[in-house]
Amino acid sequence: MKILVGYKRVVDYNVRIQVKPDGTGVVTEGVKLSANPFDDIALEEALRLREKGVAEEVVIVGIGPADLTAHLRNGLAMGANRAIHVTTAEAVQPLTAARVFLKLVEKEQPGLVILGKQAIDDDANQTGQMLAALWDRPQATFASKVEIADGKATVTREVDAGLETIEADLPAVITTDLRLNEPRFIKLPDIMKAKSKPIDVIELGSLGVEGGDHLKTTHYAAPPKRSKGVMVKDAAELVATLKQKGLL
Amino acid sequence: MSKILVIAEHLGGKLNPSTARAVSAAAAAKPEAIDVLVLADNADAIAAEAAKIEGVSRVLTVTRAENAHALAAVLAPQVAKAAAGYSHVFAPSTTFGKDLAPRVAALLGVAQVSDVMAVEGSHTFKRPIYAGNAIVTVEADPAQTVVATIRTASWPAAAIGANGTPVEALNLDVALPSYTRFVELKQGKSDRPDLQGASKVVSGGRGVGSKENFEIIYKFADRIGAAVGASRAAVDAGYVPNEMQVGQTGKIIAPELYMAIGISGAIQHLTGIKDAGTIVAINKDAEAPIFEIADLGLVGDLFKIVPELEAALAG
Ligand SMILES: Cc1cc2nc3c(=O)[nH]c(=O)nc-3n(C[C@H](O)[C@H](O)[C@H](O)COP(=O)(O)OP(=O)(O)OC[C@H]3O[C@@H](n4cnc5c(N)ncnc54)[C@H](O)[C@@H]3O)c2cc1C
Ligand SMILES: Cc1cc2nc3c(=O)[nH]c(=O)nc-3n(C[C@H](O)[C@H](O)[C@H](O)COP(=O)(O)OP(=O)(O)OC[C@H]3O[C@@H](n4cnc5c(N)ncnc54)[C@H](O)[C@@H]3O)c2cc1C
Repeated sequence: MKILVGYKRVVDYNVRIQVKPDGTGVVTEGVKLSANPFDDIALEEALRLREKGVAEEVVIVGIGPADLTAHLRNGLAMGANRAIHVTTAEAVQPLTAARVFLKLVEKEQPGLVILGKQAIDDDANQTGQMLAALWDRPQATFASKVEIADGKATVTREVDAGLETIEADLPAVITTDLRLNEPRFIKLPDIMKAKSKPIDVIELGSLGVEGGDHLKTTHYAAPPKRSKGVMVKDAAELVATLKQKGLL
Repeated sequence: MSKILVIAEHLGGKLNPSTARAVSAAAAAKPEAIDVLVLADNADAIAAEAAKIEGVSRVLTVTRAENAHALAAVLAPQVAKAAAGYSHVFAPSTTFGKDLAPRVAALLGVAQVSDVMAVEGSHTFKRPIYAGNAIVTVEADPAQTVVATIRTASWPAAAIGANGTPVEALNLDVALPSYTRFVELKQGKSDRPDLQGASKVVSGGRGVGSKENFEIIYKFADRIGAAVGASRAAVDAGYVPNEMQVGQTGKIIAPELYMAIGISGAIQHLTGIKDAGTIVAINKDAEAPIFEIADLGLVGDLFKIVPELEAALAG
């Protein structure tokens, strides 16, 4: 079985995001970029399935500008067999990303596609579900446990009510939640090895996907700031203040 | 004019309050009609609850055995079919809506607006990105159905008390896939208020130190009638189950009172409580970032302070 993994590059989760004063975007110049944490988890899960002998090949996919190569090399160093780089100068929206993934699915015929449940830049939480719909295959979102056997995936999902388990026939799309696994660290020799692993470069325009970028972002604003409040000296004062506010 | 279809969320035969919040967002778009769609194996009781929500024009039910559990692959084709004639399809931005709505959008070939926090016009919305560190205004294409999920913490529940709202059964002729099957749902049983709707929430973090120590948080929460939440670190460490996580990847909540105890205040946690009324922080580290946003802060050891709070309440 082959596993296709979404491997998106985003602004690192430790970066304090600044909105540009003119409201045209957020400052991305000079900020640290990293793999979407959920995608590191997706890749880790795929690698573990390969190590268990459930899968033979793990292919990471990045959709983005030309300078994505170094990022994809990190995924290869982590252990992916090869990478597909779909090049586009513009950030694509989830429907377009899902249509791109569908083209790659048709070409690669994976038994499983693992994506992050959300990318921490746009927080859309859509691409996996959209791909599953377009492909007419099962989806198991927000996965915290995955077992593959007999052509089926048994997936435990983190839902608001607790933990839900569903069974999905393969091929299927799984999206990862944070507690699925802890991604491994990249070791130095692996970085050297990754240099010789193949990256297929495909221009987005050449895939013939219908554009799905239907949303226009017209303005960016900083969120309303909560101002620093007051410090109280002890428990009694805290309770008194909360009672005064009618909160207790 | 707009016509909005709101997808009802329910579990165990009960309507989830997130549905009434999605109705509030729908009303803000000033549509000519708001219909609520109930997909269930037994829809009557749920539909009757939905019919009481003020502002709802009609409740539509689709009763099928396959709808016994909320499987997106099963529900999405029915919603996509029912969406004909509507300008908007709204679902709450809960794990239910997040799972389902994008699948509907893709079947309709349209974009989705996630986590709507404000409605500026029928096709103009505000939503958070970067864990709420930026708010974008997005415009949807008026030529397409708008599929959106509603950030429940941004919207009050529409009032309950409507009378005589018609309930109509829909007969959708759609083939449903059987490639996804429900196995089980493990639900934490709790008599405490529901985290997502509670007016008071007490949360514990890594500072609480263990599953056993978390009793101190439960006890205090029960004393003041609060729901209990937690940071990711507390969930990861196994102190509490996953459904208690508050934050970017947990629950986004807006209680009147939020008490963060032994929580440092990472941005991913703060994302979940931005809309809280009053935030109280108790932490032994005076430099903890949580104090930057707390309305009331108290520096000290939680194991000393929490019992003192209880004593002060009694006094
Ligand atoms: C500077 C900047 C400006 C932007 N401007 C706009 C704008 O004007 N309008 C707008 O709508 N959006 C804009 N975006 C957001 C960007 O287009 C989003 O990344 C896009 O909408 C996809 O959302 P998402 O990644 O949150 O999708 P999600 O559905 O949250 O992604 C889920 C998963 O899908 C996979 N995936 C998704 N995209 C990719 C990818 N490119 N490569 C590999 N895997 C992928 C990954 O596995 C990911 O974990 C901007 C982003 C940035 C950084
Ligand atoms: C992609 C991503 C998503 C995430 N999503 C979430 C999310 O949804 N929710 C979330 O919460 N986190 C999330 N996180 C994790 C987040 O970054 C933090 O790691 C986490 O919130 C820390 O939890 P904490 O404050 O309990 O632990 P810590 O940061 O370890 O803080 C513990 C605090 O307890 C205090 N303390 C210790 N002992 C005592 C005592 N006896 N009395 C009083 N105070 C004491 C310490 O001073 C410290 O400030 C996410 C991270 C990533 C990368």
